[in-house]
Amino acid sequence: MAAIDPMTALRIKPDADDERIARFAAAAIALSIAEAAFPLPLPGVKPGLANIITLIVLSRHGFRDALWVGLLRVFAGSLLLGQFLAPGFFLSLCGALASLMVMGLAARFLPKNFGLVSVSLLGSFAHIAGQLVVARLWLVPHDGVFYLVPVFASAALVFGLANGLAAAAWLRAHPLNTCATTPPRA
Amino acid sequence: MQAHWRHLMKGGDWLMLVMLGGAVIVSFLLMWRGGAADKVVVRAGGKVFAEVRLAESKVLDVPGPLGLTRIEIQPGRARVAADPGPRQYCVRQGWLTAANSIAICAPNEVSLSLVGRNRPYDSLAY
Repeated sequence: MAAIDPMTALRIKPDADDERIARFAAAAIALSIAEAAFPLPLPGVKPGLANIITLIVLSRHGFRDALWVGLLRVFAGSLLLGQFLAPGFFLSLCGALASLMVMGLAARFLPKNFGLVSVSLLGSFAHIAGQLVVARLWLVPHDGVFYLVPVFASAALVFGLANGLAAAAWLRAHPLNTCATTPPRA
Repeated sequence: MQAHWRHLMKGGDWLMLVMLGGAVIVSFLLMWRGGAADKVVVRAGGKVFAEVRLAESKVLDVPGPLGLTRIEIQPGRARVAADPGPRQYCVRQGWLTAANSIAICAPNEVSLSLVGRNRPYDSLAY
């Protein structure tokens, strides 16, 4: 790699895209840290409130932005919670990647009479599927993990519905022209 | 926004919700049915003495070094009804209903185990 001219390095400035992504990612990180404070019955069963932000970004700014926000949330969230590179981080990362891929495809290819709630539901199921694949291949190399599928699937159904409704409600309450000046609230 | 959350659901969303809800119910049925036992295996001296479907009523007298161990099988459950052993642990376990549960009468070398379709662990492995 060629040496970077310090003048060039100094001239890198965040553009509007960067600032928007950073703002949404900050909201997503705040939500994942807030929900980490709640005691939960089973590791892996959690509301995934940060996905509300991902859904909003996906439907308003497209897949590229959603991917950025989703992955920044996983990395920064795990750093802040002390989970970075721990097993939970890889579960979270693979769940997020699977969920982002499926939501991106769903948002693009689902017929028009399917709304954001469908995208959210498919995303939450993809999230547990991604996590279970990693868990089965690496953390618990035994079919016993699939015993928990009904629990995870029930949680995905409930929280996928709730997050999808929340994102749809937010989008309805914040039409596009006001969004540019209003910081995201959740 | 209050009480208007239904307007946030499009027709396809309801369909998606119903389909995935069905998938959740199916996952419960598929994954958690292993708890139902459907066969009884009786062993004496380490060898299989009898295998009986857990759908019929039957009484087996199994010979061992101390005498006869009486095993009682009814639809959905089985127990050791009587045993010549000194401590009677296997008798006191009462009726067994879950797959992979097992009652062992060690002095008389007789064991009674319930088997489901798949056998991940027996009750001793917990």
